[in-house]
Amino acid sequence: MQQPLVITATINGRPVERAADPRMHLADFLRHEVGLTGTHVGCEHGVCGSCTVIVDGRPVRSCLMLAVQVDGAAVETVEGLTGASGSLSRLQRAFSEHHALQCGFCTPGMLMTLEALLRTVLNPTETDVRDAISGNICRCTGYQGIVEAALTAAKDRQGEPA
Amino acid sequence: MKAPPFTYHRPTTGEELAALLGSLENAKVLAGGQSLMPMLNLRLAFPDHLIDINRVEGLAGIKVEGEDVVVGAMTRQADVLASSVVAERLPVLAEALRHVGHIQTRSRGTYGGSCCHLDPSSEQPAMAALYDARFHVVGAAGRRTVEAADWSVGMLQSALADDEYLEAIRFTPWRDGADGRCGYGFAEYARRHGDYAIVGCAALVRVDQAGAIGRAAVVLFGVEPSPTRLPALEAASLGQAAAGFNPASHLGEVDALDVMEDIHVNAVYRRRLARVMIGRAFADALARATGAKA
Repeated sequence: MQQPLVITATINGRPVERAADPRMHLADFLRHEVGLTGTHVGCEHGVCGSCTVIVDGRPVRSCLMLAVQVDGAAVETVEGLTGASGSLSRLQRAFSEHHALQCGFCTPGMLMTLEALLRTVLNPTETDVRDAISGNICRCTGYQGIVEAALTAAKDRQGEPA
Repeated sequence: MKAPPFTYHRPTTGEELAALLGSLENAKVLAGGQSLMPMLNLRLAFPDHLIDINRVEGLAGIKVEGEDVVVGAMTRQADVLASSVVAERLPVLAEALRHVGHIQTRSRGTYGGSCCHLDPSSEQPAMAALYDARFHVVGAAGRRTVEAADWSVGMLQSALADDEYLEAIRFTPWRDGADGRCGYGFAEYARRHGDYAIVGCAALVRVDQAGAIGRAAVVLFGVEPSPTRLPALEAASLGQAAAGFNPASHLGEVDALDVMEDIHVNAVYRRRLARVMIGRAFADALARATGAKA
């Protein structure tokens, strides 16, 4: 078996250097090596969406990417959404306001998927939002609150400076 | 579960990649990883070596070469979907990609990877079959081109030899011109959005100024282990008036297909669904070619 390989990446804006077995997927790397346990591991075969993170600006399944593949990349996780003081982002507050979570297991993946959507689509429709989260499974909310939260956050973002 | 152990290789040039493919035993190529990573995590694949081609230069991107559009094997599905070249010249590829997985998997999944994996329900090799695309292959012995009709050699098996890799897929778009106007149709049925297709169909037609069908191509996927062209239907449509043409009258070859069965879908249902999907895709293609549909 191959020795661990050193991975140098930017995670939530901070440089990180850690070693990992080549077979370790990104979600396990984030949780066990970097200590960022906000990223949740659900199905580990790319169906549930709970492990969604943003790599180089794009939402990806972190269970379907090897940790060694983010060497040199910029990774964003749910921990990166909050401000330095721990304040919630507009999208996170909207989740709270619209009861967009119950047990919370899917929430980090939902947030990162929608964060990526709201960055690229300025004025998303309900269809855009539902299409975006079609790869994220939630067994509590029935999705309605999540959709409302995303649309509220999108609306508010338009008034904010980029 | 977790992936089994393997030795990881990360070539950066085609030469390095060809050398690795030519020398390693039991190696798998990691492209976008949206099929291989689940297979590793589920322990359905046990390669001794994993060759990650994500940093091999020159494999990604969409180029226009004369009439052709050349899609690099490592072009992400998201990039094909967002491409203005594809939207203008190969719009059915974009339409089909909307049915492929989800935003997160299209960020990573690649056009060439899907064509090499050859899932029977995959839209991407079906698009290659629809357009009679050509696969540009590189190996230790040099380059060769494989016609779409020869690309699939069996269930999940492409024509690639163990020491070869796919470089790009060359599509020749159907263009409007003096000989008529072209249209496409795409229809797919899955139990949920983004699921594997139970049956899908795509059609291309050209209708001349007199309203007659001058050229047609129809492909089914999810029905047989490989994408299935329907040459008898295509031939039967030629010269027919677009307005009155009913593909349902020319589906004898669908009865002869070696239709797959699984625990959810038996062959009778799948064959029946194939007829429905052909009808929808062909009707949409004709509607676009005659200006009845945008």
